[in-house]
Amino acid sequence: MSERTTAIAYEVVIGLEIHVQLLTDSKMFCECATAFGAPPNTQTCPVCLGLPGALPVINRKAVELGLRTAVALGCRVHGTSQFHRKNYYYPDLPKNYQITQYEYKIHPPLGTKGSLELTADTSPRRIGIRRVHLEEDTGKLVHVEQHGQILHSLIDFNRSGVPLMEVVTEPDLRSPEQARLFLGRLRSLLQAIGVSSGRMEEGSLRCDANVSLRRPGAELGIRTEVKNMNSLRSVERALAFEAQRQEQLLDRGQPVGQETRHWDERRGVTFSSRTKEEAQDYRYFPEPDLVPIAVGKQWIDEVRASLPELPDARRQRYASAYRLSPYDAGLVTSSMPLAIFFEATVGHYPQAKTVANWLAGDVAAYLNAEGLEIEETALTPNHLAELLRLVDAGTISIRTAKEILPEMLRTGASAEQLVADRGLAQISDTAAVGSVIDRIIAEHPGPASDFHGGKTQALTFLVGQVMKKTRGRANPELVNRLLREKLQS
Amino acid sequence: MDSRVHAFLSVDKSSALDAARRWDARRADADALPPLAGLPVAIKDIICSQGLPTTCGSRILEGWRSPYDATVITRLREAGAIVIGKTNLDEFAMGSSTENSAFGPTRNPWDLARVPGGSSGGSAAAVSADMVPLALGTDTGGSVRLPAAFTGIVGLKPTYSRVSRYGLVAFASSLDQIGPLARTVADAALLLQVIAGRDPRDSTSADLPVPDYSASLPDGVKGMKIGIPREAIGAGLQREVNDAVLAAARVLEQAGASLIEVSLPTIEYAVPTYYILAPSEASANLARYDGVKYGLRVRTPDIHAMYARTRGEGFGTEVKRRIMLGTYALSAGFYEGFFLKAQQVRTLVRKDFTVAFGSVDLVLMPVAPTVAFKLGEKAHDPLQMYLTDIYTIPVNLAGLPGISVPCGSADGLPIGLQLIGKPFDEATVLRAAHTYEQSTEWHKARPQLT
Ligand SMILES: [Zn+2]
Repeated sequence: MSERTTAIAYEVVIGLEIHVQLLTDSKMFCECATAFGAPPNTQTCPVCLGLPGALPVINRKAVELGLRTAVALGCRVHGTSQFHRKNYYYPDLPKNYQITQYEYKIHPPLGTKGSLELTADTSPRRIGIRRVHLEEDTGKLVHVEQHGQILHSLIDFNRSGVPLMEVVTEPDLRSPEQARLFLGRLRSLLQAIGVSSGRMEEGSLRCDANVSLRRPGAELGIRTEVKNMNSLRSVERALAFEAQRQEQLLDRGQPVGQETRHWDERRGVTFSSRTKEEAQDYRYFPEPDLVPIAVGKQWIDEVRASLPELPDARRQRYASAYRLSPYDAGLVTSSMPLAIFFEATVGHYPQAKTVANWLAGDVAAYLNAEGLEIEETALTPNHLAELLRLVDAGTISIRTAKEILPEMLRTGASAEQLVADRGLAQISDTAAVGSVIDRIIAEHPGPASDFHGGKTQALTFLVGQVMKKTRGRANPELVNRLLREKLQS
Repeated sequence: MDSRVHAFLSVDKSSALDAARRWDARRADADALPPLAGLPVAIKDIICSQGLPTTCGSRILEGWRSPYDATVITRLREAGAIVIGKTNLDEFAMGSSTENSAFGPTRNPWDLARVPGGSSGGSAAAVSADMVPLALGTDTGGSVRLPAAFTGIVGLKPTYSRVSRYGLVAFASSLDQIGPLARTVADAALLLQVIAGRDPRDSTSADLPVPDYSASLPDGVKGMKIGIPREAIGAGLQREVNDAVLAAARVLEQAGASLIEVSLPTIEYAVPTYYILAPSEASANLARYDGVKYGLRVRTPDIHAMYARTRGEGFGTEVKRRIMLGTYALSAGFYEGFFLKAQQVRTLVRKDFTVAFGSVDLVLMPVAPTVAFKLGEKAHDPLQMYLTDIYTIPVNLAGLPGISVPCGSADGLPIGLQLIGKPFDEATVLRAAHTYEQSTEWHKARPQLT
């Protein structure tokens, strides 16, 4: 046994800051389009270029989406909400200040003090939402390099002014796994209420985390901020690495430095991105070019009435209506598209538990490995249902089904087509299986006589040989029955 | 003539002539003409207009051409006006004398050794010297009214949010207003009519109907109550200015108004309050001039040096001073004591006026404590320069409409009378100013530029 007891002596404390690109057609403060992938600087105007004299005008749709989020998270929504200027110099920030919201007593952000319930395998846990606020995105720097040296930098302002919402949690998360689960829940909620596409890989959902360790019940430790986590999986990996790194420092009696660290997905490490952490003074002050947003009770009521079924309710409904385990119900509702896919598949193949097993098992494993969302694959609910029916009918084995699923996900091929094209159907023909068995018995006289001598495990060996010869396609029940018959005759 | 006054930074001769010819042709056709058909209007060079540079009187924007028209420019063009040229100003409208222009000072047409006031000195001088009938200026702390007073013309600062700021290069966003300069109150009313009103591109612009200003001008001041703040009269005022302003009050009284003493106890804090708030906003508004996107760029190998050298060489002394003041006032640890405190005082100043307007329709006071001073006289004493705006700044802090109308002269130099109205009551301000103007001869005096 190890002498170290520190592994259980520390508690991990995590808070998340999630930046969400809102699903609006136009930018936060001008009429420019937000569509992704346009040629550089084609979606710009005097406002989002920060030209002298240009003024911002609030996009009502963006406020509406922020409001939907605040209401869905049970936040206190403030009657008036003010924008602030956050001052700092960076070439991708055309005005050298960002219009954002800031916590001043007299000028609160859109929503504060909400929460989201986390139900893992353990007991439910409420994660506090400190605030929901709106802001504008920056432009994007493109460095032109030669021989590893930056020759010059170009700026694409298409992203400048794209509406962002920031959701900040309280430091209520206690493990990297919880952080991942929370982010998954939040993402699914945002998709359900039509606020975000939830695509982390495209940057439409970005997550930073504050991580610290402490002895249970003690004061919060010094925290580091971890950035650049581009998937649910990388959030969990990065935070696990960072927690372990801090633990090793503390074990050695070294202090944790308050700093910003970047996650390197490939190397699986976080690294310090600023050697010297300067305390940035952003000199926030109320944005004089914008009047405060007035959010009346009527607007809040309208938003509340227009919200669809939220993931929590959906999860509970699945658990009771389809008798799914909490884990399976949680998984199939972890993203809105997955939940829709689940229900559509059940429409073609009513054994919901089997569908959930496949989605939570092999499909989830594939999505995780490929870093994809279900809607980004070629698989259709109809094809998945067909695959499950082929297994039920005994046309293919479960093993074969698992083998062809990735191809179905990748190419959109139908299960029947794949089975037919590749001759994957199980061999259930007595004569065909019988002739293979005859050959196997002839090739392995030893085990055959062992069976006669009462060693039943010899049967297992011979079944294995038959399956090997038929590359797994022989119907296992048939092989068993015929072997016994032939050996006993 | 402008070679001596230096009112203009750029003039659009050819397109102005074309436009003038077009309007003359239409006039001959006796078409229904828009209100400013064929009239040349000079524009303070801090308002964006296509076709001419917009420099803000600064090296940092030298040669920059706006790809868009400010809303007021669009409205002028639609009203048939000809944008004849861009006028000189204190750099980014920061100053009271137009000496802070990077392109040299403008001179007062009444005495070329004196300043025209600022920061809209070029626009005021151009109207005063009869180069144009109409001009636009901007007023953040008195920058339309002061030069109007110093050059003997009419200058109006509308209520904050009455005129769209879209395309006005920001100095202090919560105080800036575009306003008309003209030789008569009637002309100023005509110009205000064209530029006033809601603009969806400026969310701070008021969604209120714009009354017909010209129509109510002849209605007189009978029964009008005019307040004279006791804090604004007497001590600290040049004697001739004091006398001229009190005499003007009596003219209005004779025209049927009643004079009432009021008190504005907090206006003595207006100047220090302003010099926290305006620089704070300016420090952010002027951050965008960094050499990255437009205007001056001093090339250096690294970006931080580029920022520092571009701004170091591009901005003048007064602009730098205010950026530093504002940066300081907003800094962690100072915000509550400076910026927030100044916001609170601003609220008190506004309250003072609200209380006064509970018993009067207008407040009357001087525009400036003196007549136009000599070039260089205050250029090296920023505090003395700031005090020039002691009577105009409170009006900006309170967001009220205020007009300067000629009311006398001292040593051959014009004196301005200031009339301040309730929010969005430009109509009453203009009516009283017009009544006063028509009762006196001051507006007929013209500088003798020989
Ligand atoms: Zn834009």
